[in-house]
Amino acid sequence: MTMLGMETQRTSILPRRGGLAGALSDTFWRHPKLLLFLMLTPPLLWLGIIYIGSLIALLLQSFFSIDEFSGMVSYEFTLATYAQLLSPANFDIILRTLLMATLVTIASAFIAFPIAYYAARYAQGKWKALFYLGVMLPLWSSYLVKIYAWKLILAKEGIVTWFFAKFHMAWLLDGLLALPIIGGNSLSVSYLGTFIVFVYIWLPYMILPTQAALERVAGNLVEASADLGATPRQTFRTVLFPLALPGIIAGSIFTFSLTLGDYIIPQIIGSSRLFIGQAVYALQGTAGNVPLAAAFSVVPIVIMGIYLWLAKRMGAFDAL
Amino acid sequence: MRSDRGSRAPLSLKIAAAFGLLFLHLPILLIFVYAFTTEEKSYQWPPPGLTLKWFGIAWNRPDVWAALGLSVQVACIATAIALVLGTLCAAAVSQTRFFGREAISLLVILPIALPGIITGIALRSAFSLMDVPFSVWTIVLGHATFCVVVVYNNAVARFRRTSGSLIEASMDLGADGFQTFRHIILPNIGTALLAGGMLAFALSFDEVIVTTFTGGQQSTLPIWMLEELIRPRQRPVTNVVAMIVVIVTFLPILAAYYLTRDGDQIAGSDK
Repeated sequence: MTMLGMETQRTSILPRRGGLAGALSDTFWRHPKLLLFLMLTPPLLWLGIIYIGSLIALLLQSFFSIDEFSGMVSYEFTLATYAQLLSPANFDIILRTLLMATLVTIASAFIAFPIAYYAARYAQGKWKALFYLGVMLPLWSSYLVKIYAWKLILAKEGIVTWFFAKFHMAWLLDGLLALPIIGGNSLSVSYLGTFIVFVYIWLPYMILPTQAALERVAGNLVEASADLGATPRQTFRTVLFPLALPGIIAGSIFTFSLTLGDYIIPQIIGSSRLFIGQAVYALQGTAGNVPLAAAFSVVPIVIMGIYLWLAKRMGAFDAL
Repeated sequence: MRSDRGSRAPLSLKIAAAFGLLFLHLPILLIFVYAFTTEEKSYQWPPPGLTLKWFGIAWNRPDVWAALGLSVQVACIATAIALVLGTLCAAAVSQTRFFGREAISLLVILPIALPGIITGIALRSAFSLMDVPFSVWTIVLGHATFCVVVVYNNAVARFRRTSGSLIEASMDLGADGFQTFRHIILPNIGTALLAGGMLAFALSFDEVIVTTFTGGQQSTLPIWMLEELIRPRQRPVTNVVAMIVVIVTFLPILAAYYLTRDGDQIAGSDK
């Protein structure tokens, strides 16, 4: 210690470090760009080459088409595969998925707001932690187990039917299931069931960004609004909601995108009509029509691209 | 957001928030009841009787153990890769400014922002283009790709809180880059990395969509569950496995929460 002290007193420039590690360390200090390059190369190789490369390889395939007679992919540039997307059957799939994603997003925003608002404004100390874990635990618990739980719940002999029967409201459930399109034999084979499960599974993704946005709203803004004579409804509409909006939009990125691409939920709980994810899965698997599957998967990419661009303009990324 | 101590939440807000939380938790709790049911053929509620015998039967099922083993193996390797790549990315992005910095954040988030089916089908078509046979490693490759983001997010948040002057002070005092990394940077970001690693493990352990595309004949635990969901063979065994999966995934989440709770994620939970 003293030796080192003496030495530094004599000269303000430290001697060159010995050893490979020292030399390497000095080199990095003198050339920070080199260190940056070395740090970025592995992740960029992985994500930039393997991942982006795969994505591009996939997208390129959408410009090929499948030969109708031989069933083989013909490697010639064509837009015919994209034209197939517009055929009524395929276009229906896209519209159905978009509608479901929109409804799921709106419903989760409605259910998420009270939880996020209570957690951000009123919950303190232990309650705050409880709310946080109360959202995190369902978010991180197994996706399939959650779907499985809903299969149990929505089954014809399950707890929902029992609940409605117990409270003499079986007519209500039967009425819902008798509705055209959204109804079905039981909740677990209806769009209604698919919708409930989608909302359930993606809800935490909406709560967290909404709460993050609300945390940043100063409490005295709400009080000032009340002091100036606004009713709670007016305060919500003119103060709280606009300030929470970036968070809600950030959450909607998740709910919307995840619903667009999911193929497991509608496969297990839902009717036999397809969503985009199921169409992609079926086309690349049993049908072997990879070009059309690729064209189908371009749809959510394009939609999310537009969505993200709009969200960025509304300031949603600051709320993430 | 903070309000005065005196203000109380309106009753309607309390009810709405409580209802929302119940909606999130009741379905998971229901699994616990079903694990003990005596009913084999249907999902009948309420259960006609309670029994413990399915735990024994599930314990003696080799396919469950094989799937569990593969899941743990894949999650461990994918987490290790994600830790290295995620930390490197986070360090580069938060310690320096360079051209294309924002693009890197986007690149890291992309695998999880795009629907899983797209990541899955892209990797699958790339593997078949390159003639890579499906194996444990193709599953790992897929998992590591989307696990990077959770490590990255945790590490970036911690780097942001770590003052740059600490690093400069260490260098001024004569430590070389490696010593600074070992004695200053690592202790500072350690718990964030641990938390990120646990979340990455949980993410990989649970992943099913990408795995259906990148896995060959082997099945991970989620793939096993999926098969049981589509073609149920022995429902009570699935109930038991589902319950155990819930318990096992809760533990790393709780641990990750306690490791990062000092302000990383819940700003201002302390007074």
